[in-house]
Amino acid sequence: MDGIFLQQLLNGLTLGSVYGLIAIGYTMVYGIIGMINFAHGEVYMISAYLAAISLALLAYFGVESFPLLMLGTLVFTVIVTGVYGWVIERVAYKPLRNSTRLAPLISAIGISLILQNYVQIAQGSRQQGVPTLLSGSWRVDIGTGFVQLTYTKVFILIAAFAGMGLLTYIIKYTKLGRMCRATQQDRKMASILGINTDRVISYVFVIGAAMAALAGVLITMNYGTFDFYAGFIIGIKAFTAAVLGGIGSLPGAMLGGIILGISESLFAGLVNSDYKDVFSFSLLVLILIFRPQGLLGRPLVAKV
Amino acid sequence: MTGTILELKELDVHYGPIQALKKVSMHIEEGETVSLIGSNGAGKSTLLMSIFGQPRASGGQIFYQGVDITQKSSHYIASHGIAQSPEGRRVFPDMTVEENLLMGTIPIGDKHVDEDMQRMFELFPRLKERRNQRAMTMSGGEQQMLAIARALMSRPKLLLLDEPSLGLAPIVVKQIFATLRELATTGMTIFLVEQNANHALRLSDRAYVMVNGEIRLTGTGKELLSNEEVRNAYLGGH
Repeated sequence: MDGIFLQQLLNGLTLGSVYGLIAIGYTMVYGIIGMINFAHGEVYMISAYLAAISLALLAYFGVESFPLLMLGTLVFTVIVTGVYGWVIERVAYKPLRNSTRLAPLISAIGISLILQNYVQIAQGSRQQGVPTLLSGSWRVDIGTGFVQLTYTKVFILIAAFAGMGLLTYIIKYTKLGRMCRATQQDRKMASILGINTDRVISYVFVIGAAMAALAGVLITMNYGTFDFYAGFIIGIKAFTAAVLGGIGSLPGAMLGGIILGISESLFAGLVNSDYKDVFSFSLLVLILIFRPQGLLGRPLVAKV
Repeated sequence: MTGTILELKELDVHYGPIQALKKVSMHIEEGETVSLIGSNGAGKSTLLMSIFGQPRASGGQIFYQGVDITQKSSHYIASHGIAQSPEGRRVFPDMTVEENLLMGTIPIGDKHVDEDMQRMFELFPRLKERRNQRAMTMSGGEQQMLAIARALMSRPKLLLLDEPSLGLAPIVVKQIFATLRELATTGMTIFLVEQNANHALRLSDRAYVMVNGEIRLTGTGKELLSNEEVRNAYLGGH
């Protein structure tokens, strides 16, 4: 097999696993309250800044070992981003729970703008960066070339899949997961069975934000730079992934993310890297035309 | 100890400009089986749902064990011992039978879960056969059994049932009512909403008849079974 092909496949898998993590936030929120949380990309962007702040703080206190830095950054970023997710839902969406479907959408766009400007004012509009934490790579020679596998990419893959695995376990086998699914399938019935559905909806926002935070830490590790606008394009990519997989479906979001990441990387490597965004969004358009329910989603049926 | 478990005082409920319930007053004593009969659209299901605050009463009060619950949240009411098998069954379609039953234990936690699930499987053997099957793949009768079993999993002090016989084959209806009778003899307080007046009145200690959102008649099950008006309107006139 061609070296470039294999290389791009690996790059795409890494990128796709991170798209999948962010797509989880879109799909779970859509599943439970039927709205697209357009501020989700900004939650991811905030988490990138939080990761940088956490790394700087840890370095200031003299932490140097990679596992400790990573653990500290992950814990700090996931928790604080989760709080952001919780507050956003309380402030911007909960008061609109019983209004028209359009209202929370507009509120989401408002929150998105507020967060971008807030970060721009607080952190400056220049690009920020973090140093490379994990350097080095494996080089694997194959037939006509070689594949370079950086330690960072391997770490990202492991962490992203661990995150998705953990979440799948929680949703499938724990009481919290059952409460989320019950609220998603029939919110009124869930409340009649004694579930505080408002609280479950808050949990879903926190879970989505936590997954975006994991993605934020991982991407920041890989690329090293970000700015206040970083959430926009990756947010729409992750949204594309969620639609591709079937919005509302958790495995769909993960699968959609991986497929989008791989196909985008292959297009960039084998066809043209300048047009990779055009490729991804063309894909979105095609899905919406030919399979609007996505790969694993169900056709929309009216709820009784 | 006996006493009034549920009391509605002049309850009004509106859907927008339409008044669905008009000054409905009724009471249910501990250990009783009470039914509410009436035709389609009389407001029976609205009454059951309004006990859970969905929709909220626009006038009047609801007392549960002497406490005013008119403005309480649904999950508060559920967690204090009222369970409902609602209109349309509303089992969670993508969950298995076992998962649906687990959802019934939210108010009491999982300390009795194995014992209670076993009890449900004895009460409804069909559910045992289908324990790992998703609810959406089951027949209407099985879904009805699941909805009742799910409500029972919370060990309720008051069980509300909305038309457990709707759309089911006569033999299944018989089975379900036999099970309800079994439950009633264990001392469970049951409030049953039915169009199938014959079965409901035979099972009940007392009953109310609802017409256009108002309570028209009340009496013991036997009295209403022989009442002229009830016979003509709800028992097929013979």
